[in-house]
Parts: sequence; C-alpha cells; structure tokens
Amino acid sequence: MATIAVWIRVDEERVVQSLQDTAQRLDGVDGEVTLDFSAVHRIDASALGAMGELASIADDKGIKVVLRGVNVEIYRVLKLLKLVSRFSFGN
Amino acid sequence: MATREVVPQRVQLPLSTESLSEERIAYLERLVLQAKTAAAVFTQFGQEEVDGIVKAMVLAGLDQAQPLARLAVEETKLGVMEDKVIKNMVATEFAYNYIKDKRTVGVIREFPDRNLVEIAEPIGVIFSITPITNPTSTVLFKCIMAIKTRNAVIFSPHPNAWRCCSAAVKVMYEAARIHGAPEGVFSCLEEHTLQDNAYLMRHKDVGLIDATGGPGAVRAAYSSGKPALGVGPGNTPVYLEKTADLKTAVTDIILSKTFDNGTICASEQTAVIDDEIYDSALKKFAELGAHICNEHEAKLLACAVIDPETGFMQAAAVGHKATDIARLAGFAVKPNTKLLITPIQGVGREYPLSVEKLFPVLAAYRAKSVDEALKVCIDVNHAGGLGHTAVIFSRDEEIIHKFGQVMNAGRILVNSPGSVGAVGGVYNDLPPTFSFGCGTGGGNSTTDNVNIYHYLNIKRVARRTQAHMWFRVPNQIYFNWNAVENVREFVSRSTIIVTSPALEQIGHVDLVRRCIPAATHIHVSIIPDAEPEVKVVMQGVEALNFYKADQIIAVGGGSVIDAAKIMKLKYESPEADLEELAAPFLDLRKRVVEYPTEKSHRIRLIAISTTSGTGSEVTPFAVLTDKERARKVTLADYSLTPDVAIVDPQFVMSMPKGLTADTGIDCLTHALEAAVSSYASPYTDCNAMQAIRMVFKYLPVAYEHPGDEEARSMMHNAACIAAMAFSNASVGVNHALAHSFGARFSVAHGRANALMLPHVIAYNASVPTKFLPSPYQMGYVAHKKYATVADLLGLGGHTIDEKVKSLVTATEQLLDQLGFPRSIADLGISHEEFERAMPDLTKRAFDDPSWRSNPRMPLISELAELFWKAYEGRGSAKATVAAQEKIS
Repeated sequence: MATIAVWIRVDEERVVQSLQDTAQRLDGVDGEVTLDFSAVHRIDASALGAMGELASIADDKGIKVVLRGVNVEIYRVLKLLKLVSRFSFGN
Repeated sequence: MATREVVPQRVQLPLSTESLSEERIAYLERLVLQAKTAAAVFTQFGQEEVDGIVKAMVLAGLDQAQPLARLAVEETKLGVMEDKVIKNMVATEFAYNYIKDKRTVGVIREFPDRNLVEIAEPIGVIFSITPITNPTSTVLFKCIMAIKTRNAVIFSPHPNAWRCCSAAVKVMYEAARIHGAPEGVFSCLEEHTLQDNAYLMRHKDVGLIDATGGPGAVRAAYSSGKPALGVGPGNTPVYLEKTADLKTAVTDIILSKTFDNGTICASEQTAVIDDEIYDSALKKFAELGAHICNEHEAKLLACAVIDPETGFMQAAAVGHKATDIARLAGFAVKPNTKLLITPIQGVGREYPLSVEKLFPVLAAYRAKSVDEALKVCIDVNHAGGLGHTAVIFSRDEEIIHKFGQVMNAGRILVNSPGSVGAVGGVYNDLPPTFSFGCGTGGGNSTTDNVNIYHYLNIKRVARRTQAHMWFRVPNQIYFNWNAVENVREFVSRSTIIVTSPALEQIGHVDLVRRCIPAATHIHVSIIPDAEPEVKVVMQGVEALNFYKADQIIAVGGGSVIDAAKIMKLKYESPEADLEELAAPFLDLRKRVVEYPTEKSHRIRLIAISTTSGTGSEVTPFAVLTDKERARKVTLADYSLTPDVAIVDPQFVMSMPKGLTADTGIDCLTHALEAAVSSYASPYTDCNAMQAIRMVFKYLPVAYEHPGDEEARSMMHNAACIAAMAFSNASVGVNHALAHSFGARFSVAHGRANALMLPHVIAYNASVPTKFLPSPYQMGYVAHKKYATVADLLGLGGHTIDEKVKSLVTATEQLLDQLGFPRSIADLGISHEEFERAMPDLTKRAFDDPSWRSNPRMPLISELAELFWKAYEGRGSAKATVAAQEKIS
C-alpha cells in the first residue's frame, strides 16, 4: 500500500544524501513528499544537482515535492537557477 | 596592463554561431550551467568568507608569479619575463592592497546624512576575453576581482596565450576551492573559436562581457546586446614641457616604453618636447640607452613596423626588443639599445610612426611653443588614442591644468610613466587595473580603471527623507492700537514714506510722520493706488538714491507695500533682473534663480498695513504689473519680507464695508488654504487655525459695525497671522481659480476668492483624482484638517464628512452675512460668455503657481468643474460633499 505523504527533515551535513534517499523512496509514495529545510542554512552545487534530479523523478511519478522552512538565501539560489517552479513551498 | 591585443582591427568576431556542432554547444552549455550554479551558490557567502578566499588566491598568485610569467613568454614569444613577473605581482599584491578593506558583500556604503544605503549585488556569470600581451596578469587580476564580488567567470584567452592563461586560471581556481569557493566558479574555454565567443557573448545566462582584447572583440562584445566592459586602443602622447625635471622624465619614459617591451597600451607613443629642451632631452635619452634614428633609419623603421595599407602597427613587431626591431628594419644599433626614437614632423597617415606602437619605438616632435605642443598632443590623442591615456612632465601648474582640460583621456598622468602609471596603485592612487576604460571616445562605457565596482550591481536603498521645513516672518511685528509709535525706535537719517494719494489725504501719512524722530529727513513718495508698475517702482528707486535713504516706510494696502518691497530690492541690488527673478519654481529651496545677496546699499523696510487682508506686511511676495508687456510679475523670496511690520488698527478704521468684506474673505482664504496646504506644518497650522477662528468671530462684527475697535483690531491681527501661515505654507487652488477669474472678468481678488471658497473646500475634502507629490506630508489629510477647523469653530458633526459639510455651510453663511454675490451668474456674466472664457480660465488657473501646494492636484477638467460650480453657486458645494467618495 502506498504512503500518502512523507515528511523528511533534511540534515545540513547530509543534504545530498537526504535528497538521494528521498528520491529512492518516491516509488512508495502516492501523494506528496515534504522536505523540511529548516536546519539547512546553505546549499552547494551538489545539493542543487540532487534537487534537480529529485524534481525530475517526482515529476515523472506525478508526486508533489513540498519544501518547508527554506530560508531566503536558499530560496534566492533556487530562484536564480529556475528551480523554484519545480517545487511547492510551505512555511 | 595590456588592455588590448595587437592588430585586431582587421579581425571581426563573427556573431554567427551556425557552424557550432551540437557537441560544442553542449560543451558551452555545460560551462555556463556550471558557472551559473557557482554564482548562485556564491550569493550565500558573507564578506569574511569572500575575503579569506581572496587572500588565499593572492598568495597563490604571488607564489606562481614567476612560473606563470615564464610560461607566458615561452608561449607568446612577447615581452620580457622579468617584467611579466612584476605584472603578475602587481595584478595580485597591488590589486589586493586596493580591495582588501573594501566591502563587496551586503551593505557596502552608507550615507546617513542622505538616508541612502548601497548594497552589492553580484552580476552572476561573467564572460571574459583576455589578451596575448598581458595574458597571465590579466587572468590573475580578473579572478581576484570576480571572487571579491562573488561572480563566476568563463575565460576565453587569446588562442596564442591559452596554455599560460589556463595555467593561471588553474592556480586561482585551486586556491579558491581549497578555501571554500563554489565549485565551477572559474572555467577556461578549450580550443575555442570565435564562434564559441559569439555564442557565449549572447548567452542568456551570461550577465556581463569583460572584453580585454582588440577592437574587434570589444566591438563584438558591445554589439552582442549584453552589458559589456570593453577597452579601447591607445596612442598616448607625452608632453615634455620646458619646466619638467628632465632626468626624471627621460628615465620614466624609458622605463615605461621598454616595460615588457612596450606591450602596455598606456605606454608613451609620441613625445612632444618643447624646443628649449628638445636637444638636451634627446641627449639624455641617448645617454640612458636610446638610439636616436636618423632620417634614413626612421624611414626604414616606418616601412618595417607600420602596415602601409592600414596604417596600423605590424603584429610582427609587437612586444619585441629594440635591437630586434632595428634588425627587422635593416639597420644596426648598439647591443644594449633599449629604445628607438624617431623624430617626426607631424601626426597622421603621412607620418606613419605617429600611431600606436606596442614595442620600444617612440616618436619625438619638437614643439616651438606650448600652444603648438598642446595641439600636437591633441592630434596624437585623436589619432587612435581617444579616451585612453595622456602623460605630461611639467612643473607649471597652469600648463598641467590646461593639458588636463584638452586631453580626452581616462588617465592623465602627471610626472610619472604612462604604462606603469596608468595601471594604478604604483605611481598614483588610481585603482589598480588591467583594463583601461576609454569612455565614449574609445567606444567604451567607462573611463575608469576597471575594478571591483564594475563587477557589481550596486543597489541603492533610499529611505524617505524628512524634508527640512521653515517658518520665516519679519524680525519685528508690532500690533494693537498705536503700534505705529514703535517707528520711533528706528534710527534713520533719511526716510521715504511710500503711500497712495487716498491714504495721504485721509491723514495716514501724518500719523506716521508724528512718530518719526525730528532729526530724520522725511520725503513722501506717492504712488498710484493700483498694482505697482515697473516704471513707478523705478521712479521710487531714483528717489531713494537721490535722498540716500536708509529707511522706507510703506503705508498702504498690498499694492503699496509690494511696490516698496521691489523698490528696496532694486535699491539694494541695482543689478537684480526682475524678469529673471520672477522665473517659475516648484520648490523654493531648489529654484533655479537666486536672489542677490550682495548689496550696494542697505535700507530698512517698515510696512504699515492699511487693509486687513493681504498681509503683505509680513509676506515674502510682491506683485508687479508690467504694462508694456501686459502681464503681472510675481516675485517670491524671503529677502522681500519687510524688516518690521506694524499692525495698527487705527489705519483700518475707515475701511469701507465692501473692502472690509473683500479683504476679510481674502484673509480667510489664506488661512484655510494654508491649513490644508502640502507645505503645512505645526508652525503654520497654529497661525492658520487661529486666524480662521478670529475671522469667523470678528469679520461679521467689523462688517456690520465698522467702528468696533475690538473687531477691527482682531481682523487686522487675523490678516497678519493668516499671512504668516501662508507665507510659509503657501496657498492653493482657490487662489489659482480666483487669480484667473479675477483677471479675466475684473473682479476684486477677495470677491473672486469668495465665489470659489465653498466649492474648493468640498473639492479638497474628497478623494483626489490625482495626488500631488508632497514629501512634507504623510498621507492625505485635507479632509481631517477641515474637520479640525469645524471642531475649532464648534460647528458640530460626528463624522469627518459631517464636519466638512458643517464648514461648507458655515462658510456660505458667512459669505451671505457679508453680502457677497453667491454665484458668478449673479455678477451678470452670461452662461455663453462664461463658456467662451472657460478654455482661457482653466489654462490660466493651471498655469498659476498657487495650486502647487494644494493638497490635491487639479486636473484641467476639475478646474473647469470648479468654475462651473462657482458659476451655479449656492448649494453645489454641499452637493459635492454629499456625493463625494469618502476618505477614512
């Protein structure tokens, strides 16, 4: 039976790993995935790459990825790289 | 240093990218994405982190200065290795010294006195073209600038300098990465073509092109449609003026011209030498290792190093040493020759060596005078070097100044070498750079030494400023019965009393005379009782001069006092141009014309008002009639304000009823308009409100009982108090309408005001169609101000709307009491006539400066509507209040 919603807290030290883990878990999800970024203060190129991949996989599966607790600085990075439109945002 | 490549005038970068393969496009896209990601990640970095990375890069660059220089010379076969080491060190150490304490992240500058804050915003991805002449130093410099400003760079080095440049990029990238810079922040195009450059120049994610290359690259950069920094070609003249320290000058020029074999485009190209020192200068050059070419050698040289077809230098000569160039030309020089000097007789195509020569060949011109020298320098400057660099050696400040004025060069260097001087930070305080902006003369967007600030978008946070306001009135105001006695206090040797015939007849002048000390010579100047004419004023000024007056006492209404104000102005400052002083203005403090402050005479103006309306005794305004040109001239400046005002009611006791009503309503209009003006302040409010209260209480009494001393006295004070308010807060649209209507139909000013007043209150209290910019006000408050007036008068009403309505009603009742006609139609003006006049009425009203301080900006259509309401009269103002949109 598919999971309707998943909530994952992203660890700042393991952003890429958390995102890759999430991508792997998407097979068992049938609704939306929420990633809690409130502990993440900065994002780097590898994490951005992992986010792009996650968004693509989620798109293919029709799963909504919600980012919560994204700080303004990271939001701006996502905006500059045109990634904002690929996610939903919650507070 | 080098800022441009050699001979690329003939090479145009193609903008076509059609020949790029899909693979190549994918490669370029990867580079851009990598740079874009790095730049985005970089936005999260703080100043301290950035500065730490920069320092590490600088140290790495210094460490590798020699290997990189060696590599550059090996690969390019240009220049001098030892000089390139110096260049690499300047590019790192000197650049660092300039930028290390500068803020480039977040708030970079604050201007508390201007309420401005500047915030740095990175550009993002920079596409950078670097030259063959200064390959590694330019790369080192640009990498450091980019990291300091949190940008990513894609480098496109000159193909013949790719190895050394990519090595320099690697040194910088590794140092930056180790210290935390984002991955992919620098990259270097491999085996690139002009098509690659064209593709990247037009890429949507490239924010800026920094083209340190030849004119072809610069032109391509500027035509790409992207923001670009490009540098222009040079042709630096150096003027050796006869007062120069010759030893220093010659040493500096040799140093500069031979530095890296002359590859720096700011180096001297033609020395213009004063006749008096020409021979000794050339001797000194020769002593220090220069070879002075004879006529034959000069011809050989020109043929060898200048392309006869294009007139530009030959690429084969660029960056080679003097001995090699002499050999190339076909003549022999001593083995230790540093520089070849070729005398020339002019500048231009017929003098081939007068152009830019990026090798150790210097043209020399003997100038017979300073004038000739400057002209030749201008010729050199215009022969391919506009906007770049010019050098002068002189001790004559005047000539140095003149040189600076006539040279079109971003860098005008005084008593220092051109090449190393232009780089900045070594011989002067110019920002260190390896890109010389050449301004529009060189087809560039800047004349600056390109530095960190050109790699930033600077955002300005501008906070609303609290404009300074003012409250200015005469130094002394004497009021109440017999206030005229105070005239005694003012010592005068010669006094002119300015008045009108009627006032002299009724004894007002005698009243004043009695109060003037016996020792004072008194002369009376009678002027017509109408708005003063220029001719009348000038006659008055003649009288002041004739009697050497030191005091004017103006006894009269607005016209007389206005005349006296202008007499004083023209007497004290005969050069004052009344026409110019009457020029329109929006803000008194920013007006274009300035009233004279230098005065040939000093004279005191005492104003004694004989009406209770205009308040001219305390205002800074004066209206003059120019009959010759059939127009009125309004002067406004606080210097026109009388020195002393006397507000003595005995001068108004004989005012007829009609004049009492007219002037009283003028006073009320002043106060009401000042109260709601966009320039209103607590200082003007207290005066305006008090005046309004006094008018409502005492005007009906003064009108009905002209002999009532208290009512007369209070109305006289009210007029003065209202004038103090509008002198500082100004008036509004009521006056604009009244001026226009009164002038067109010859209706007295107070009467014209009365016809408009209820309608204007209703208009100002409703939601404006257009707000007027008014930095002095926080929000729209006119309706609340009217409500406050209604409260003050005890008119009743619970809501603002009800209170405004009460004020309109009370105003209409007051006008009824004073027997005013209540509509324009009542004046006997037909509907047709009024309709015909409407375009002119509205135009004049809109041109009138009075409304500029009105709380709402009147549209022409609204002015017409107000005129029609005044035409219809009674009831329409209340209807307006009832129908208006409410403002909470």
